[in-house]
Amino acid sequence: MKDTIYRSHILICTGTGCVSSGSKKIKHELQDELANKQLLDEIKIVETGCHGFCEKGPILVIYPEGVFYCQVKKEDVSEIVDEHLLKGRVVERLLFKEPTTEKSIPSYTDIDFYKKQHRIALSNCGKINPESIEEYIANNGYEAAGKALTEMTPEEIIEEVKNSGLRGRGGGGFPTGLKWQFAYDSESDKKYVICNADEGDPGAFMDRSILEGDPHKIIEGMIIAGYAIGADEGYVYVRAEYPLAIERLKKAIKDAQDLGLLGTDIFGSGFNFELHIKKGAGAFVCGEETALMASIEGKRGMPNPRPPYPAAKGLWGKPTNINNVESFANIPYIINEGSEMFSSIGTENSKGTKVFALTGKIKNTGLVEVPMGTTLREVVFDIGGGLTEDKKFKAIQTGGPSGGCIPEDYLDLPIDYDSLIDVGAMMGSGGMVVMDESTCMVDVARFFLTFTQSESCGKCTPCREGTKRMLEILNRICEGEGKQGDIALLEQLGEHIKETSLCGLGQTAPNPVLSTIQYFRNEYEAHINDKKCPAGSCQELASAYKINIEACVACGQCVKVCPVDAISKGDGKYYIIDEAVCISCGACEKKCPVDAISQG
Amino acid sequence: MEKVSLIIDDQKVEVEKGTSVLEAAKEVGIDVPYLCYHPDLTLHGACRVCVVEDLDSNSLVASCVTPVTEGMKISTTSMKARRARRRNVVLLLANHPNDCLGCDRNGSCELQDITHSLGISREDVEEVAGQVREVPRDEVGPALKRDPNKCILCGRCVRVCEEVQGVSALQFSNRGFDSIVTTAFDLPQSEINCANCGQCATVCPVGAITEVSEIKNVWHALEDDDIHVVAQAAPSIQATIGEEFGYEPGTVVTGKLVAALRKLGFNSVFSTEFTADLTILEEGSEFLKRFTSNENLPHITSCCPGWVKYAEHNYPDLLNHLSSAKSPQQMFSALSKTYYAEKTGIDPEKIYTVSIMPCTAKKFEKEREEINASKFKDTDAVLTTRELARMIKEVGIQFKALKDEQYDELMGEHTGAATIFGTTGGVAEAAVRTVKEKVTGEELERLNLGFKGVNSAEVEIGDKVVKVAIANGLRNAEKLLDDVRANKSEYDFIEVMACPHGCVGGGGQPLPISEEKKVLRGQGLANTDENSVVRKSHENPMIKKLYEEYLKEPNSELSHQLLHTSYKERAKN
Repeated sequence: MKDTIYRSHILICTGTGCVSSGSKKIKHELQDELANKQLLDEIKIVETGCHGFCEKGPILVIYPEGVFYCQVKKEDVSEIVDEHLLKGRVVERLLFKEPTTEKSIPSYTDIDFYKKQHRIALSNCGKINPESIEEYIANNGYEAAGKALTEMTPEEIIEEVKNSGLRGRGGGGFPTGLKWQFAYDSESDKKYVICNADEGDPGAFMDRSILEGDPHKIIEGMIIAGYAIGADEGYVYVRAEYPLAIERLKKAIKDAQDLGLLGTDIFGSGFNFELHIKKGAGAFVCGEETALMASIEGKRGMPNPRPPYPAAKGLWGKPTNINNVESFANIPYIINEGSEMFSSIGTENSKGTKVFALTGKIKNTGLVEVPMGTTLREVVFDIGGGLTEDKKFKAIQTGGPSGGCIPEDYLDLPIDYDSLIDVGAMMGSGGMVVMDESTCMVDVARFFLTFTQSESCGKCTPCREGTKRMLEILNRICEGEGKQGDIALLEQLGEHIKETSLCGLGQTAPNPVLSTIQYFRNEYEAHINDKKCPAGSCQELASAYKINIEACVACGQCVKVCPVDAISKGDGKYYIIDEAVCISCGACEKKCPVDAISQG
Repeated sequence: MEKVSLIIDDQKVEVEKGTSVLEAAKEVGIDVPYLCYHPDLTLHGACRVCVVEDLDSNSLVASCVTPVTEGMKISTTSMKARRARRRNVVLLLANHPNDCLGCDRNGSCELQDITHSLGISREDVEEVAGQVREVPRDEVGPALKRDPNKCILCGRCVRVCEEVQGVSALQFSNRGFDSIVTTAFDLPQSEINCANCGQCATVCPVGAITEVSEIKNVWHALEDDDIHVVAQAAPSIQATIGEEFGYEPGTVVTGKLVAALRKLGFNSVFSTEFTADLTILEEGSEFLKRFTSNENLPHITSCCPGWVKYAEHNYPDLLNHLSSAKSPQQMFSALSKTYYAEKTGIDPEKIYTVSIMPCTAKKFEKEREEINASKFKDTDAVLTTRELARMIKEVGIQFKALKDEQYDELMGEHTGAATIFGTTGGVAEAAVRTVKEKVTGEELERLNLGFKGVNSAEVEIGDKVVKVAIANGLRNAEKLLDDVRANKSEYDFIEVMACPHGCVGGGGQPLPISEEKKVLRGQGLANTDENSVVRKSHENPMIKKLYEEYLKEPNSELSHQLLHTSYKERAKN
C-alpha cells in the first residue's frame, strides 16, 4: 500500500441510487480528468455508500472542505477539477439549494436535510469506501468486536445490549437484548445468528444502504451477537434483488476472513465464527423469522406457528437469534460508547435512532436517521423540506405496506414504537410515504393491500382468503360500486384478520385500511354514497370534463390529445366534449392554453 | 412428567406440559372444531378454525398450536371465539364450490360437518362472496383424482405425503389467494413419483383428493346377464367395512360382507385370502431358494402395489430383491380367468373380475402393462371399501340385519395366515409359518410384529436363524432399504407395507381414519387368525387342490406364467 498523503479526497456516492443516476460514469470521468491534469498523486477518489439524499444524486463531497455537490453530471467534472481542485473556488451552481430559502449551502453539515439527523447506523455510509476494510478499521471498525471478545463476557454484552434499550429495527420492536438472552439461555451444541436483510417493503432501502455503504458494521454486529449467545455460525439472508449489497458483503466477509476477523480464534479469544450469505428469492413473507429460516433450509418460505420460538428451536432445529440489519448496525456503537450513551438518545421506551426511507410527495426524498422522539413534522418539513409543489399535507404512511396512515392532526407526534401503534400505524422497518391532498386515501389503502394480499404466503385462512375479500371490496368502492355496509364489513374483516392470522404479515395487513377508515371515513363515504372521489384520483369516479364555450378559443389542441376522440367541434367557435365518451383522463385540461376546460 | 393446570370454559383441567390447548380441551370432553390439525401429523396452524379466546389477554389463539401454560384461562365459547371461528369457516366456504351434491365426500366431509354444526347459511357466505379459485382438475390417473378447487389448503395431504410416506408428491405452490396444492410442474399425480397409496385421500377433510370411482363400471357388469361377475374381497375388508354401517372399529363382519356381495348380484363371492395363501406358497418357495443359495437377500415382499411403485421410483437398484410373486389380487384375477373358468366351464371372456380392496394403489396395479396373464384383462375393476359401502347403501341393503354367509369354496377357502395379510407384519408371519414348518416340521410361535412402524424378529429354522424385519409407512421403510442399498442390512426377509399399519390403514378404507382405529382393525384380523381352525397357508385344502389339479407345484412353469411378474425402473420424480 502506498503511503501518500492526499491534499483532497473526493467522495463519490456509489449507492444504488447514485449509480443508477450515473455516478460510475462521473467517477471514470474524474479519474481521466485527474490523470490528464496529473493530480492523481494529490487527490484521491473514494467510492462511498449511500449519503441518503438520493433525490439529489449523484452526490459528490470534496474534503477537507466538506463541500457537497449534488445532481452532478459527467459534463460538470472538468469544471469541478478546474475550479474547485485547482483554483480553490466552489462551483456555486452545483451546490444544494435549500428549498425553503433558495439559499445555496456549500457544506454538508449545514444542509437542513442532515442537520436534524443523528447518524449511528448510517455513521459510515457516505463517508468511507465500503469495499475497504482498512477504511472501516480506521473509523474505529472492529474495535467493539475486539472489546467484546477480549474484555467482556457474553453475559456482560447481553446486559449492555439490554441496558441500551435497543429494540428490533425490523419492525417488531422486541427488545434486542432480551432476544439475545433467550438464545443464550437455550442449551445446545450448535446455535446460529441470522441477519434479516430481506428488506421487502416497497420504497424501503434502509438495509440495502447499510449493506452497500458499511457492510463491515453488520459483520461486526453479528460477531458480537454470535459471541454473546454462543453461536459459531451466521447467515445473512439478503434478497437477490440487492446485487450490489451482496457483492460488497461478499467482499467484506472475505476481507474480514483474510484478516482473521472471521474464522477461528478471533482476536485470540478462542471464539470461532463463520458467516454465509443466503440469497432470498423475493418473497415478502420471508422477512418473517420462521419463513426466513424455512427458506434458508431450502423449504418453501412459509411461516410456522410460534412457539417454538427461534431462540429455542430455530434454524435446523437449533437455537437461533435473528436480528434486522439496522439492529446489528447499532451494536458496535453500543459496545464502544456504552449503553448509557445510547439510551440517552430517544424516548422513554424507544432508545437510540431510527432510519427512515422518506418518499412520496416530499421535496427531499431519501434516507434519514433521526433520534427516536423526533416529531413527524420535523421529519416532513425540516428534514424533508415540505411537500412538493407546496401542496397541502394530507397524511403520512409509516411502517411499510402493513403500516397505517397518520393524518395532519398527529404531525406533532414524537416518533417511537408505541406512539405509532397508538395512532393505528407502526414503526415497521422504516418506510415513510408522504401524501398530499391529491391522494385518495381509499386508493392508498387499496394499493398497500394489493401488495400484502399478493405477498401473503397463502398458508392461513384469514390472511389468504380475508385480504382477498377486503381487496375486492376496496376495488368496488374505488370503481363506484361500493355498497352500504361495505365500510363495516371492511372493519370486521380487518379486525378478524389481525386477530386470527398466523404471522405478522396477516396480523398487520389490514392496518392501511383500518387506519384510513379511522381518519378518512368521509372519503370512503363519498365514494360509496355520492360515487365521488374527493381527491379526484379514482378514474372510474371522476366526472367527465366540460369546455367553457365562452372561454374556448377553438385552437383545437384538446382534440389532438384526447385519447378517445370525445371532443368535437361545436359551431366553429368552440369545441365540446361528449360526456358519454370522456374517460376523465384530464389530458385536455392540461393542454388547454386558456384554462377553458374543467371537470364538472 | 410435569403437569400444568389451566381453566377451559370454567372447568379445571390438568394435563401434561407440552399438551396443546386443543388436546387439553378434548381431555375434558370439549370439542373444538378444526380442519388442518391431524393427530398423526405435525402441527400446521393454518386453518384458524380452532381459535379460542385466551381470557387473560383477550386475544384469540389457535388452540392446536398453542401449548398450555400454568394458570391459563381459555374460553372456547366466548363471543369472540365463536365469531372468529365462524368467520374463518365462512371465508373458506366463499372460495369453495359448495356443490356438496356432486361431491364424493358428501356425508363424510369435515368442512360440511363444521358448516352444519356452526349453523352457517348461504347468506353468511354470500356476504363475502367474490372470486373463487378456478384451476384444472387432475383426473387422468387410474387411482386418485384431485380437484384443487375444493381444496381448503389445510396441508394435511402435503404433510402425510412428506412426513409419513417420505414421497413429497404434493406441495404448496403460488402465493396468497392463488395458492394451491399441486405436484411438481403441475403434472398429473399419476405421472410423478406418487405411489398411489391414497394416504392423501384419507386425511383430506374435503373432497379435494379422492379415489377414481369404478362403481358405475361394476353396476354395468352386474346388470348385464351375459356377464359372470366374480368378487374377491381383500383380507382387511372384513375388519373395516363394518364401520360404514355403525359397527365399532375392528368388528369383523365377514359373513355379512359375503351376504352383501351376493345381494348386490355377484355371481361368485370369493376371498383374496385364498390367493394370499397361494402367495405364501409361491413366495415362500422363492424365499427358501434364495435363502439356501444366499442370493438376492434380503428377500423383500411385493404384495403391496404402493410399495412396489415406490421401489421402482426410489430403489430401482433393489428390484431384484423383490419377490417376483404377484400380489394376491393379481394372482386371484389371473386364476379367475384361467383355473376358475376351466373348472366351471364359463367362457373367460364373459368373466368380469372385481376386487374389493382397502387400497387405491390396487387400481393402478390392475392397469400395469405387464400384469395380465390370462388372455384378458385380469382384474376388471377395483372397488375400495368405501366404494363397496356406497353400493350397498345405494340399494338399501340393511347390512346389520344380513344373515352371515360363507365364501364360495373353490377360491374362497382360506387360512388364518392369509387373514393377517391385511395388517402389518402379517405377510412376514404367514410366510415364516409355512417356511419353518416345511423345512423343520415345527410350528412357529406367534411373531406379533405389528403395531410399530418398524419391527424385527429372529426365527430359528433348523440350525439357521432367519432375520425378519417389517416396515409400514414408506418413510419407515426408507432406513431398512438404505441399509440394503449400502450392503449393511442384517435381514433375510423384509416385509414392506406402504400404508401405516398395513392394509387396515389403507387409502381406500372408511373415513375418518385414526391411529386408534387402525390398531383395532388390526386386532380384529389377528383375533380372526387365532380363532381359525387352519392357520397355515400350506394346509389350505383348496390350495392343495389347485396345485394338484392345475399348477402342479410352487414355482412351476404355469405358476410362473400366471402368478409371477417383473418390475421396472421409474423416474425419481
